[in-house]
Amino acid sequence: MEYVNLIFQEVYKILFLLVPVLVSVAMIVWLDRRVWAFVQKRQGPNVVGPFGLLQSLADALKYIFKEIIIPSSSNKVIFILAPIITMTLALVAWAVIPFGENQVLANINVGILYIFAVSSLGVYGIIMGGWASNSKYPFLGSIRSAAQMVSYEVSIGIIIINVLLCVGSLNLSDIVIAQEKMWFVIPLFPMFVIFFISSLAETNRPPFDLPEAEAELVAGYQTEYSGMMYAMFWLGEYANILLMCALGSILFLGGWLSPIDLYPFNLIPGAIWLILKILLLFILFALVKAIVPRYRYDQLMRLGWKIFLPFSLIYVVLTASYLFYFNLLPTI
Amino acid sequence: MIAHAIFFYVFSIIAVISAIMVTVSKNTVHSVFFLILDFISISCLFIMIGAEFLGMIMLIVYVGAVAVLFLFVVMMLNVAQQKNQWFVSKQSSSHIPIGLIISTIIFFELIIVVGGWKYKPELINATNSKISSEISNTHSLGQILYTDYIHVFQISGMILLVAMIGAIVLTFRQREGVKKQSYLKQISRERSEGIEVLEVPSKTGVKIDD
Repeated sequence: MEYVNLIFQEVYKILFLLVPVLVSVAMIVWLDRRVWAFVQKRQGPNVVGPFGLLQSLADALKYIFKEIIIPSSSNKVIFILAPIITMTLALVAWAVIPFGENQVLANINVGILYIFAVSSLGVYGIIMGGWASNSKYPFLGSIRSAAQMVSYEVSIGIIIINVLLCVGSLNLSDIVIAQEKMWFVIPLFPMFVIFFISSLAETNRPPFDLPEAEAELVAGYQTEYSGMMYAMFWLGEYANILLMCALGSILFLGGWLSPIDLYPFNLIPGAIWLILKILLLFILFALVKAIVPRYRYDQLMRLGWKIFLPFSLIYVVLTASYLFYFNLLPTI
Repeated sequence: MIAHAIFFYVFSIIAVISAIMVTVSKNTVHSVFFLILDFISISCLFIMIGAEFLGMIMLIVYVGAVAVLFLFVVMMLNVAQQKNQWFVSKQSSSHIPIGLIISTIIFFELIIVVGGWKYKPELINATNSKISSEISNTHSLGQILYTDYIHVFQISGMILLVAMIGAIVLTFRQREGVKKQSYLKQISRERSEGIEVLEVPSKTGVKIDD
């Protein structure tokens, strides 16, 4: 009986995290489209519900009732598995995100490595989808995206090392608590910029959306997908984007900490600060999508390997030597 | 404790079955996917014995990077066709003895290592470094790597560097007649070089040489 109780408690906690994440993914799609439209002096979705807020729900309903078409020449098991894997991995990573002191589903020692590992697994959903479709455009798209995600993971890993040098722990809550005096965005500002751009590339967002470049590859790895399976790819992508925004705000913008440690700001719960920071980063993501034209493939690779990687490596050396020289290295 | 045992058996059964499927499955891409499943379940086993850092690194390095490159190669080359040719032709018989020898050597090495632990428990405690339960797994791993074994660590890094440079040298070819795009040239183009405004006289036109 105790086991059953324990399991129910855990399931309850998981649902309490997952349902808001899924709802906010739906809302964030609306926000993305509104910001995009705003930059281009259009209205964007504004018909369904107040300010068009229910547009995503209407879209979801449409996707649910559409027929799922499985190409006859495809590898069926892997074809169906691919969107499921993308979606699952995008949601699983949220387990370690702290929304406040002790408000975290799994407070594990290696939280940041866990997120890094799960986001590096995310490439499989795309490769599997592209390969199983057994068609040219999806395959090209998936190969592009695999190369892209592997290259930008390297620089993200080195940026994370920069932060970890200042913290001395791999736990996400410890990372946030270490920023109580100063957010890491101030001493590590160049790293924040590089992290932002790398996370654009990591989540296949414009201007790095080469895997689904509609002018060249129809829709990249999603070309053969329809109905709910397409919607799962799409939800997984946006959940990943939100996750990268959350990671950015935890690593650099002080997570649940309030910007000023003064009376009226202290009362606001930490989760709201974190959500505000995630929204700020997401609006930046949406603005970039509207403003910047798409990169060419060789430019993308050059940026990742020849600029970001050496620069962040040099910054690791600088950070380490600064901390060592002024005796600021964190102790265990 | 029961839950621990159940999880252990689930992960290890998945690991063993997927390891068998890697060698058995006909489609090469499928066997790479089974290899990935194997890596994942083994990293779960690592996490279960408390080596969370190793488990995560296993996921990041092997699943996130190495297996992706495996998949690349397997998808690009037409391995299935080659394999069929290989098994049909008579060449195949000459490879079986070598494979058998190597696998028996590895098998005996494993037996020696595991048997040593089993029958002489003090072998495990032969290292100088003590593992304290107060600090986390990651910290103790770092303390051992960067103090007692720093030279071995550096040498392994050097070996990896040499391997990397060797791979680049082996595959690098300077091909001729390939059009290259110079970055600086593209960025530093000015309007005056790109555009020329011409007066076009009526009925005669202009000749533009390119």
